[in-house]
Amino acid sequence: MNVVEASGLGKRYGGTWALRECTLQIPAGRVAALVGPNGAGKSTLLNLAVGLSVPSAGAVSVLGGRPAGSRAALDGIAFVAQDTPLYKNLPVADMIYVTRSLNRRFDQRYARARLDELGIPLTRRAGRLSGGQQAQLALTLALARRPRLLILDEPVAMLDPVARHDFMATVLAAAAADGMSVLLSSHVLTELERVASYLILLARGQVRLAGEVADLLATHGQASLEELAMTYLLETRTPVVPR
Amino acid sequence: MTALTMPARPDPDGASPRPLPWRRMAGVTWRQHRIALAAVAVLLGALAVWLWITGTPLHHAYAAAAACHPASSAACQSLAGTFNGTNDRMAGGTTPGGVLLQLVPVLIGAFAGAPVLARELETGTFRYTWTQGFGRCRWALAKLVLLAAALAAATGAVGVLVSWYYQPYFAPGHPALPLNQMSPFETLFTLRGVAFPAWTMAAFTIGALAGMLIRRVVPAIIATLAVYATLAVATAGLLRERYLTPLVTSNPNPPGTAWTISQWWTRDGRSAFASPPLSLINRFCSAPPAGRSKNAPFGTFAQCLAPHGYTQWTSYQPASRFWPFQWIEGGWLLVLSALLIAGTIWLVRRRAA
Repeated sequence: MNVVEASGLGKRYGGTWALRECTLQIPAGRVAALVGPNGAGKSTLLNLAVGLSVPSAGAVSVLGGRPAGSRAALDGIAFVAQDTPLYKNLPVADMIYVTRSLNRRFDQRYARARLDELGIPLTRRAGRLSGGQQAQLALTLALARRPRLLILDEPVAMLDPVARHDFMATVLAAAAADGMSVLLSSHVLTELERVASYLILLARGQVRLAGEVADLLATHGQASLEELAMTYLLETRTPVVPR
Repeated sequence: MTALTMPARPDPDGASPRPLPWRRMAGVTWRQHRIALAAVAVLLGALAVWLWITGTPLHHAYAAAAACHPASSAACQSLAGTFNGTNDRMAGGTTPGGVLLQLVPVLIGAFAGAPVLARELETGTFRYTWTQGFGRCRWALAKLVLLAAALAAATGAVGVLVSWYYQPYFAPGHPALPLNQMSPFETLFTLRGVAFPAWTMAAFTIGALAGMLIRRVVPAIIATLAVYATLAVATAGLLRERYLTPLVTSNPNPPGTAWTISQWWTRDGRSAFASPPLSLINRFCSAPPAGRSKNAPFGTFAQCLAPHGYTQWTSYQPASRFWPFQWIEGGWLLVLSALLIAGTIWLVRRRAA
């Protein structure tokens, strides 16, 4: 089963294509990294996959053919958006209540135990938590839904190195525990080295490279994901105008 | 740090799971909007206490005068004077309390209605809420309907209290007693009966739609104030008097509780003028001094002009039409609110991140 399938997918804002002719199949059971510079179309692709955006061209489906954004799709997907939006004025306990109420499955015991481990008090308002704690809260709420696909948009961009490590450790532990698939976007290449088993390289609105990390490294003869990605990204960058 | 706690294995799920029950939105809506709802409750509670405190002496004075026998006795006339002298603390809505009461719907629309969706869009939390399993359209529909119903119920209760407050003024007249009477149309029509909750609901849904269109809280509040004010002024000034065709009478003294729409004069069956010109008054009505002519009641003109072939006509809405008018106004505002909610849901559905 493919957790994300896109064919000829495109999204245009005004006259500019944020994403163009995107065709890819991300197989289940992977931690897939969506890599590319700022403005490459990563968030656009993720928003299309969770149904927050409507395609201008082509189609995208998730979890084996469920239309993106449909109830069946959202039932099996948990999405943590960029900057981890939470209701800042609600106490953590109420964020748990709201998330549990809005979903068919919710593992309340997991959520409470996990927040306890993280030292996040249930009575504190979400807006008064540190950036790292807010990210962990958003992630915990997403994981407690027991999704089959977890989608993370730039999850660690705002976090310090320790919080980054903790965040990714939580994601990997959950993925390893129940075979959940993960799709995450990032422009921090070093973070992905340890976690990604599948790579999608996006630049200027188009897919440049997609495949299993091990295969890509073998085929292209690169030692690391970072080198591989850099090679491709440098090829497609905007030429520097000499002075 | 180690991650000891793991989520359990997901249940097998079908390709089209059953929708989640609507009742789940009750707790969600309450938790998200309890501060706004509490603020509305405090505001309406304070107004209710004020209405009760100021309305009680009014009712006592009226009951004493109405129960007095024989009506023509000096004691009864004095009691009627006491009732007429009891201050109408609302003064037709011109005191601070009365003004605040009239602002309730627009305040609710601007500060409870406009932020409902605008804040989600402004802070980005819609990306959390709209990707939960409940579904964004059902989420928006449940939230808007629940809040609109709660606000309508609360303002409906206050509307009953305003009706109680003004009851003595609208009571059937006592011919022998000179008790003050008011037209139920001209005295805070929108704060009584079904009009008050209906206007509140309309203001709330105007705010919700403005928030969804504009996507920012403060501009949405301003837009709500402007749209509501336009609608309220247009309804009071143009629309309401046309709900039913007015009655027309040539009786120079239409009932005191009637709502006068317009007056005009005819002579020999042909339209003469809207109000008698000064030359005519000077010619035929020279009895009242010229300085007083502007303030002279129309009855006087009617009396002195009638022998010369002039007839005064008055079109009016009788007080008995109060409830039909209330239901007409409540009805179209309810339909408007439903359309505004439908429009908001349509925008939620097609809104692209």
